[in-house]
Order: sequence, then structure tokens, then C-alpha cells
Amino acid sequence: MSITGLSLIAFLVVHVGVNACIWARDGGDMFNKASHFLGTTVVIRILEVGLFAGIILHVVQGLVLEVQNRSRRNVAYAVKLGNRGSKWYSRSMGLLGTLLLLFLIMHLSHFWVPSRFTELQTVNIDGKDIPNQYADIVNIFHNPIVDVLYILGCLSLLYHLLHGFQSAFRTLGLGNSRYMSLIKIIGFWFSIIVSLAFIMMPISVYFGWVSE
Amino acid sequence: MDHYIMNLTLKVWRQKNNQSKGNFETYEVQGISSEMSFLEMMDVLNDRLIREGKDPIAFDHDCREGICGMCSMYINGRPHGPWHANTVCQLHMRAYHEGDVIVVEPWRAKAFPVVKDLIVDRSAFDRIIQAGGYISVNTGNAVDANSIPIEKDHADASFAAAACIGCGACVAACKNSSAMLFVSAKVSHLALLPQGAPERKSRVLNMIAQMDKEGFGSCTNTQACESVCPKEISMANIARLNSEFIGAGLSADK
Ligand code: HEM
Ligand code: SF4
Ligand code: FES
Repeated sequence: MSITGLSLIAFLVVHVGVNACIWARDGGDMFNKASHFLGTTVVIRILEVGLFAGIILHVVQGLVLEVQNRSRRNVAYAVKLGNRGSKWYSRSMGLLGTLLLLFLIMHLSHFWVPSRFTELQTVNIDGKDIPNQYADIVNIFHNPIVDVLYILGCLSLLYHLLHGFQSAFRTLGLGNSRYMSLIKIIGFWFSIIVSLAFIMMPISVYFGWVSE
Repeated sequence: MDHYIMNLTLKVWRQKNNQSKGNFETYEVQGISSEMSFLEMMDVLNDRLIREGKDPIAFDHDCREGICGMCSMYINGRPHGPWHANTVCQLHMRAYHEGDVIVVEPWRAKAFPVVKDLIVDRSAFDRIIQAGGYISVNTGNAVDANSIPIEKDHADASFAAAACIGCGACVAACKNSSAMLFVSAKVSHLALLPQGAPERKSRVLNMIAQMDKEGFGSCTNTQACESVCPKEISMANIARLNSEFIGAGLSADK
């Protein structure tokens, strides 16, 4: 769980970095170049296979873990300890993960499937015709219902990471108080910055801050 | 603090034996002194039940001074009641006031089956300790107590881990019914000392294997255990247990 979780976190760093190119105020040229580069580089294609394997492993392990752990108490308490002992999101990793999975299915069918298996419109940059991924994003995020679902998906990510980031290091055995306080701070800000950056994308398109 | 007398409503889990279903019974208790302990309040109630010819409420206790780990009641949703770093036997009735309703449940976990009412069978913990909670010592003359140098920090951390009284509150509080805080205390206590070195790898592997066999859940680091532990055993021990486990798993001979 911890190893696949941290691999997914590493992927998020790349993903959020590339996405930030939409704010370059150049009609999407920088973003289109970056996504074309990623889409046509062999190393990235190989990493993509690993990424999918990682997600599937993480989801299967996570759901099996959740089901097993739930089966360890056959009579429920009448009064629950609840927030007195732990954060709600620490107790809801299975639920948050499932919401993330639903989000991922929508997300992949929006962007990954079309860019992989269908011809996008092209745009001419520096004398070359490359797929206009940027126009695709702007187009999809014009739908407010999609925007709301995206924001909810990214909020699930926020809370999944708020627990998951530090939990992964504890699981790997790094838990003495000196490193742990550093990891907690990094995990907190990482979760907030990454999720906020993703949330700003549909918002930017909806309010016309990012347009063609 | 001023002494006062109160009347309370208790909702207590009653269960004849492991096979029967169990249910809550409501009891009105009168004239409880703020200076009684929680268990003394239970004694007062049981005394009345016996006089009325009824079955008294079965609950575990031994030392009544917070060191044996026998007392185990889940009170208003928290193991050992409302006070921080405290056992039920050291909970005093000044924590409550006139008219309070107190719900008392046993530890609930599949690995801790109910024996009767509030008593659960915690022998799973004994079997985990038997699986690896020991060290090898030479027989013969006792060695001088200070002949092995031990770093002060390690001695302190080991001592803090050794404070675990095996009460099981960590399991009771955990949404996964995980015993990791307990096992991490027992492993850390010995892993931090030179005396624990000979069995260092087999100990952690065997104790974790026994923990899984007993049917405890897996740790997801929610930290509920640490918040209720009467001996303030730290979650840092769980991280140490994980690193001991990973290290031993990678390098042990079998
Ligand atoms: C961008 C996607 C995701 C990232 C970055 C991520 C990251 C993480 C991390 C770092 C952990 C902590 C691992 C540990 O403590 O050992 C974790 C745990 C977990 N994840 Fe994910 N995850 C993602 C998606 C998902 C999905 C799609 C699901 C399920 C459908 C899921 C379900 C779980 C579960 C059940 C746990 C373990 C519960 C726990 O430790 O409390 N995750 N995740
Ligand atoms: S770790 Fe704390 S709560 Fe768990 S058995 Fe030991 S003393 Fe009790
Ligand atoms: S009766 Fe011994 S710790 Fe409470």
C-alpha cells in the first residue's frame, strides 16, 4: 500500500507540473508541447504501464484491506469513539479511495481515452501539427456539472493524501519524532498545494481565466 | 474539590456467555459519592443486585491501581473512560455529575471474545508474548547489573515501551481492531536493548505472525490507539515495529 501510494504521489508531482502549463497565457502552446512530448516519449509510455499496474494494485489491496479490517469486529459499539481518537479522513480511506476511483474512471474517459485512441484536433506550433489537448480541456471544462464533479474528486484526493502521505512513511518504518514532524508538515502542504492546483483548472476555464 | 453525592443512570452490556446474544440493561444507581472510583460504583451496584437475588455484573479487575491491565470497560464510547492516560480502576466518580447517563460496553473485537458481560478473553495477547516476548540469558552466577553499557536514549525508550500493561484498550479503540500498538510496545521494549539482540529477528517475525493468526486487523495509522492508551505508548513504536519487521523479513535466514 505504502509503496504503490508513494509511486502514485510521485506521479502526481509530474502531473500537476505539466498541468500548470495551462496558465502560461500563450494560448496553450506550452501545455500542448509538454503533453505531446509526454505522449510520444518511449520512457513515458513504459512508465504509463507501471502507473496503471500501480493503480490497480493499490486499489485491489486497498479494498481487500478495508473489507478485512471491517470484519475484525462483529458487534458494533453503541457509542463510537469517533473524532475523539482520530481524524474522520484517517478512518475513511476506503471511502475516499473509492470516490477517487470513480473520479479516475471519469477522468480517464475524458482525457486519456480520446488522446490515446481517437484523433484530436491538431494545432500548428513551430511548424509542426500536434494534437490540441489544450482545446480539449477548455471544451470539457465548459460544462459546470463536470467542473463540480472534478472539484469533488480533487477534494477526495486532498483528504486521501492528508492521511496517506504520512501514513505511508509510518508503514515503511520511518516514524521517529524528528523525521515525523518534518514529514507531517511536508505532507500537509503537499496535499493542499497539489489538490488546489488541480481544483483551479476547471475553475480557471469556467471563469474564462484560461481560454482559447 | 468539594465532595458531592449523585444519582446516575447506567446502561450496561449484559451477556450470559460467548454463545448468547447480549443486550443493554438500564440501572438507576443512587447515592454515589464523588470520591468513589468507577469500579467502587460498580461494586455498589453489584452489591444491590446480589441482595435483590439477581446476577451481578461480571467485570475484570485485579490491582485497582492502574498497573495490572485487567480492568477493561468501554465507557461512553472511550476505552477506560473519559480521562487521558488512565485506567478504569483509576477513574473517579468526580468525572460525573447528577443525572449523567453512562453507557458501559466490553472491548469489542473478534480476537477478544466476550466471556461474560464486560469480561473479554484477552489470552490472544498472552500467546503473542509467548511467540517472541522473551530473551536468552546464561545460567550461573548473576552478572553485575551494570556490566552492559546501554545508551541512555535507548534505555528510556525501552522503559517507556515496557510500561504497556497489556490492557487491550488500543485494540478496543481501533476501527480495524488492530493490536499493533501492543505488539510494537512488546517488540520495542526488547529490540532497543542489547539483551534483546539474540532473538531480534525471529521475535518480530514470530510475534507478528501470531498477531495475524489471532485475527487482529491491520494497522492503517489512524492513531486512535495512542489517544486512549493508559500508559501513553507512542505510535513511534509502531513505525519501529514496521522497520524491525521489514528489516527482519529481508534478512532473516528463513
Ligand atoms: C491519485 C491517487 C492515489 C494516491 C496518490 C493514493 C495515495 C495513498 C497513500 C500514500 C496511502 C497510504 C499508504 C500506507 O499507509 O501504507 C494510501 C492508502 C490507501 N488508499 Fe490510496 N491513493 C490513491 C488512489 C486510491 C484509490 C483509487 C483507492 C481505492 C479505490 C485507494 C484506496 C486506498 C486505501 C483503502 C488505502 C489504505 C487505507 C489506510 O492506510 O488507511 N487509493 N493511498
Ligand atoms: S499499548 Fe497501551 S492500550 Fe495497548 S495494551 Fe499496552 S497499555 Fe493497553
Ligand atoms: S485493575 Fe489493574 S489496571 Fe485497573
